[in-house]
Amino acid sequence: MDIKIPEVGESVREALLAKWFKKSGDVVTRDEPLCEIETDKITLDLNADAAGVLTITAVEGTTLAVGTVIGAIDESVTVAATPSVVPAADKGEQGAVPPTSPSVRREMREQGITPQEVTGSGREGRITPDDLLRLKGEKAKNAPLPPTTATIAATAPSVRTEDPPIYTSSRDERHPMTPLRKRISERLLAARQQTAMLTTFNDADLSRIKSLRSTYREHFLQRHGAPLGLMPFFVKACIEALKEFPLVNASIDGDDIVSHHYYDIGVAIGSEKGLIVPILRDADHLKLFEIDKAIAGFSEKIKSNRLAISDLEGGTFTISNGGVYGSMLSTPILNPPQSAVLGMHAIQDRAVVQDGQIVIRPMMYLALSYDHRIIDGREAVGFLKKVKEYIENPEELLLEG
Amino acid sequence: MSEETLFDLIVIGAGPGGYVAAIRGAQLGMKVAIVEKRATPGGVCLNEGCIPSKALLDSSELFSLARDKFALHGITVDAPALDLAKMMSRKADVVKKLTDGITFLLKKNGIERYEGVALLKGASTAGQQQVAVEMPGGTALIAAAKVILATGSDAAGLPGIPFDGQLVVSAREALSFITVPEHLIVAGGGVIGLELGSVWRRLGARVTVIEMLPQLLPTMDRQATEQLYRSLRKQGIQFKLGTRITGLVKNGDRGTVQFDSGNGTEELECDKLLVAVGRRPVTGGVGLETVGVRLTETGRVAIDEEYQTSVPGIYAIGDLVAGPMLAHKASEEGVVCVERMAGMKSLVEYNIIPGVVYTWPEAASVGQSEEQLKEGGVAYRSGRFNFAALGRARCMDESEGFVKILADQESDRVLGVHIVGPRASDLIAEAVAVMSFTGTARDIGLTCHAHPTLSEAMREAALDLHKEAIHA
Repeated sequence: MDIKIPEVGESVREALLAKWFKKSGDVVTRDEPLCEIETDKITLDLNADAAGVLTITAVEGTTLAVGTVIGAIDESVTVAATPSVVPAADKGEQGAVPPTSPSVRREMREQGITPQEVTGSGREGRITPDDLLRLKGEKAKNAPLPPTTATIAATAPSVRTEDPPIYTSSRDERHPMTPLRKRISERLLAARQQTAMLTTFNDADLSRIKSLRSTYREHFLQRHGAPLGLMPFFVKACIEALKEFPLVNASIDGDDIVSHHYYDIGVAIGSEKGLIVPILRDADHLKLFEIDKAIAGFSEKIKSNRLAISDLEGGTFTISNGGVYGSMLSTPILNPPQSAVLGMHAIQDRAVVQDGQIVIRPMMYLALSYDHRIIDGREAVGFLKKVKEYIENPEELLLEG
Repeated sequence: MSEETLFDLIVIGAGPGGYVAAIRGAQLGMKVAIVEKRATPGGVCLNEGCIPSKALLDSSELFSLARDKFALHGITVDAPALDLAKMMSRKADVVKKLTDGITFLLKKNGIERYEGVALLKGASTAGQQQVAVEMPGGTALIAAAKVILATGSDAAGLPGIPFDGQLVVSAREALSFITVPEHLIVAGGGVIGLELGSVWRRLGARVTVIEMLPQLLPTMDRQATEQLYRSLRKQGIQFKLGTRITGLVKNGDRGTVQFDSGNGTEELECDKLLVAVGRRPVTGGVGLETVGVRLTETGRVAIDEEYQTSVPGIYAIGDLVAGPMLAHKASEEGVVCVERMAGMKSLVEYNIIPGVVYTWPEAASVGQSEEQLKEGGVAYRSGRFNFAALGRARCMDESEGFVKILADQESDRVLGVHIVGPRASDLIAEAVAVMSFTGTARDIGLTCHAHPTLSEAMREAALDLHKEAIHA
């Protein structure tokens, strides 16, 4: 049985074969994880579809098209065959693979290019060094261009004119970015360059929510098996505020403004591989404990590499909690085409003035980054004040339904 | 014992795998140490293998030419006299020049040399692999995040007939006999046995090769080995194939070898028995057991695609790991292992590693044999050209042998090339290059070859594959 790079999502055409957990010749059982695959959105484990002896034909670290055969499981053999460890070799080329030279093959491995994506210009389709240069040029041309020359000058990284040394002792180390990290960096840079991003701040007194949580936590946990976290309150508060300020939930598409009559809320979760933002679909229909459980489910899936692309697609608004890392104040970056993102922060006891008295209250700074092209300052500030209000007086959420 | 000295990379063994890995590591910016128990670098290859044997093969070839071929070319000389001591000292000179060259290269690349026996000490708490080097002046403790084992191999013996350095010898001694043996029996019809058998045959010894298998060089293409067998027999080397050596009776400095070809025990007297039945990896004395480096069933060191052993941070290359025991294979692995450490996507292309037998005529091959293709059910075409029909070979009076090219029936990709003939060792380079470039037999046929050269045989064989040979 062949092992192939699976379909992992509509927009995903290639994946990085990040790591083999097994060696060629290993006996594997059904459903045992074989390798880890990384796309520009998620990482996931590929499990064995059958029991047998594994043959590996693709080297880890290569980027491969969806559907590429990376190995096979010989089901006829179930007993441990002699696991003769032979180092990875280029398998004898098949008829369909165009001819290449050793330097071209190494260049393709380095660039993560498969022979199939190159049109060889040489005799009988031979891939020449010039063909690779041309492909590189095309890839560069097709990459999204930043909008204005002014911002390019300000933010484009300086161009390297010579190759850096590959290995510079233990003081520096150089690794290529994983597809996920590359995608994150592209998206973040695009968000800065292609939107008119601005951030407004406020703060909220969390006394009521804190006492609510401590009063009902046990009861809630027993009844729903969820810990009554802070995040569900913010999701609820944002949805109510979004209903009052629909443009904050809208997006720009070309010259049109697209309003969304649903609330798909992205919740940013930090992971080892980077920030991942799974989406709570139709969050306005979810109860507090359902939101709690959904978030816990996402965290679990991220840890076990089982997050699906569908968990990440879409989203109309995002909440990012920098507070879990202890951040006091920060400006979140938009996740286009969304128009706004709420940043939560650490809760700190601070001296505040209430009714002419200095009192100590558990306070949290709130930051709303928004695309000024579509949201006016008045709306942004109004939205954030509304969120503050619901957080400070959670019973209002009840009154709003 | 002073405090340990820290490196980025420690290479154990300065043979063709180790010293190449060390230099490549230094080129990539690593701080490298190399440990070698010999006084000179270069390993078996340089000190008692490839290089000294080629020095003697070239000397003895000249001797036999003067004796047997000069007259044919119209050169009349008195029968040449052999000054074996001189021949040996020239050989030693060649070895010294080359080992000195490597000493210089190591120094030039800033590689720290430790002359002594290395012992793996396991990982420190900081994750560094520690190595103790026992040197005449005491023990040095060095450590690095990465250690490459490149300790190579040594000669395997015959069961019940241990090496004694006098009568029963390995290649090491057979490269330094002080007199020409009267009768040299060679146990093993492999590369080493045939090469050293050729040396002493040319210098006047009677030579008998006893091989257990029914065929010489079993992994090579059958047609090639049969051609070589005929040529060597013509030179007077005697062969007993399918024959097992059962015992040795010593009497003084001579011995009687007992063997069985299937018709009961027979005997042959000799004054030297060269045992060249194979080599085994040197896995003892390095501390592999203590740190937990796992071996395969065949006794080689088990490694993964990064050449990393079962112990993270410890790597192995060359004769220690699976594959043919060849100097150039070890060097390739050394380079690739270190480049992969540095994050480069290097690979050893194991299917295109050439192999050479330096007899005369020489035999060289790359890729698959006709037998392997048949067994694998591959549809192939074969093209062949005999040196007897080649102008340059005729001029040299070296007309034995042929070039054979095997290519995929459909794609015409070259799958294997087998050469027996003059300078096959150099001619094979073209085949390796073409195969590396995934070239076809047509590619060779369409490439202009200078006339008159031996390389024309390659082109004619490629043309013959499509039944278009001009000179056949």
